[in-house]
Amino acid sequence: MFDYDFMRTAFAAAGVAAVLAGTVGFFLVLRGQTFAGHALSHVGFTGATGAVLFGLSPLAGLVGFTLVAGIAMGLFGEKLAERDVAIGMMLSLALGLGLLFLHFYTSAATQATALLFGNVLGVDSSALLTLLLMAAASLVALAFIGRPLVFASLQSELAEARGVPLRFVAAAFLAIVAVATAECAQIVGVLLVFTLMVGPAAAAQNFSRGLAGGVALSAGLALAEAWGGLTLAFYTDWPTSFWITALSGLVYFASLVARRLAS
Amino acid sequence: MSALRFDAVTIRLGGRDILSAASFVIEDGEFIGMLGANGAGKTTLMRAALGLTPVASGAIRVLDRPATRGNAAVGYMPQNRGRAQGQRLTGYDVVASAAIGARFGLVRLDKAMRREIDWALDHVDARALARRSIGELSGGERQRLLLSQALLGRPRLLLLDEPLISLDPAYQKGVVDIARRLRDELNIAILFSAHELNPLVNAIDRVLYLGGGAAVIGPVDEVVTGPVLSRLYGAEIEVVRVKERFFVMAGDVDVEREAHRHEHGHGHGHGHAQDG
Repeated sequence: MFDYDFMRTAFAAAGVAAVLAGTVGFFLVLRGQTFAGHALSHVGFTGATGAVLFGLSPLAGLVGFTLVAGIAMGLFGEKLAERDVAIGMMLSLALGLGLLFLHFYTSAATQATALLFGNVLGVDSSALLTLLLMAAASLVALAFIGRPLVFASLQSELAEARGVPLRFVAAAFLAIVAVATAECAQIVGVLLVFTLMVGPAAAAQNFSRGLAGGVALSAGLALAEAWGGLTLAFYTDWPTSFWITALSGLVYFASLVARRLAS
Repeated sequence: MSALRFDAVTIRLGGRDILSAASFVIEDGEFIGMLGANGAGKTTLMRAALGLTPVASGAIRVLDRPATRGNAAVGYMPQNRGRAQGQRLTGYDVVASAAIGARFGLVRLDKAMRREIDWALDHVDARALARRSIGELSGGERQRLLLSQALLGRPRLLLLDEPLISLDPAYQKGVVDIARRLRDELNIAILFSAHELNPLVNAIDRVLYLGGGAAVIGPVDEVVTGPVLSRLYGAEIEVVRVKERFFVMAGDVDVEREAHRHEHGHGHGHGHAQDG
């Protein structure tokens, strides 16, 4: 399996994206913002199709659009009910625009499938380097805002009183989520980002009570699911994204059972 | 030195005067019960003292300094709104996240900080509770744990926003007893807001009553009377006193009890099911 250059690149790319997604996803689940992550990936679809239409790289369009949308969402503020509607509207608008771009760019049927459902085997080494640098920058940024982020996620009113700048933290975090989403979309596609961002993180929070341990477990699960999916895809010739979603679902539902048994 | 001083403070929110030229002084080490109808401005008053809500006019002095955000000398316990984030985390992780949560960058939970957390937990008898998931705690246990966070940084003034909300009477007494003990042992001034006077009446030094934009502070006997409350509520109020219990009646409705019931109806009953 590792005799092939494209498989080695695919393993590296999936590994980088999975560790980032598992780590960022843990905080996303902790904050109850998984819907925002889902919406960001759809915005990414618009960005990517738009970029292709204008002759730019889809990855640049993906990252650019999700980043802007993430920061905008973070600045919306704290009211959950309003935010859900706003995010939902942004999501439909984004998918609609993406559809329009695809309509103009008619020869892009395979490109569209790759965007929607991922094409990890198509990642080349220059894209891999980009993924690696973006992931490193995101993890550094996450470490920087980590403490205030957890505080604001668990007790926003107390955090505000203690001087935590809630809006800055929310916007910075969603910017990080945007990058993680874009990376995931490279592996499993924009429609299946949930499988790496939310699945392992939610499972980790069912398996573990700790904070630091939970983050590590979430990243580890995401990595295992991504690599496991690639391996199964290699031997069965079924799509990688299918196997990753299957493993992610399996682990998540197992975690529900484990939690039920433990309590 | 006074713990909290409002000088003719007016606070305007959404075009409405929540407080209009309200003045009062809370002395160092005083335990004050704050009462008033829903929307009388109890939470707003605390947020203003924390520097989170701007005042339209007048001045707020906290421990002889202007009110500023992130003042470590003020401990705060927000009203429990039943948000269910991170219910699986241990109480210790939640308290620790508050202890180091205001700092950016890689902050390690060092020995001194752990000692500080243990000190705060010990003062509310929550050391053992902190080992459990917060989702597993009863309403009263949870309030005690959250109260410990208000002690981090060794404050001189505690602002406790409705700590008794949705607690059964036995747990209410426990929380009030802890607040009184904190005042006695640490000589902290405490502003404790509540819907009902009765759980507090034997513990507090004075009462601060809000209504119609005004604030009246004084001994319970002088403030909780028909004439004073009628002025604050802007309606005919009768105070019925049975031994050590007070009933504040508008016509034939018990005002405090009614307010409490409404609060429950808005989904603030978190943790209630586990209280039994």
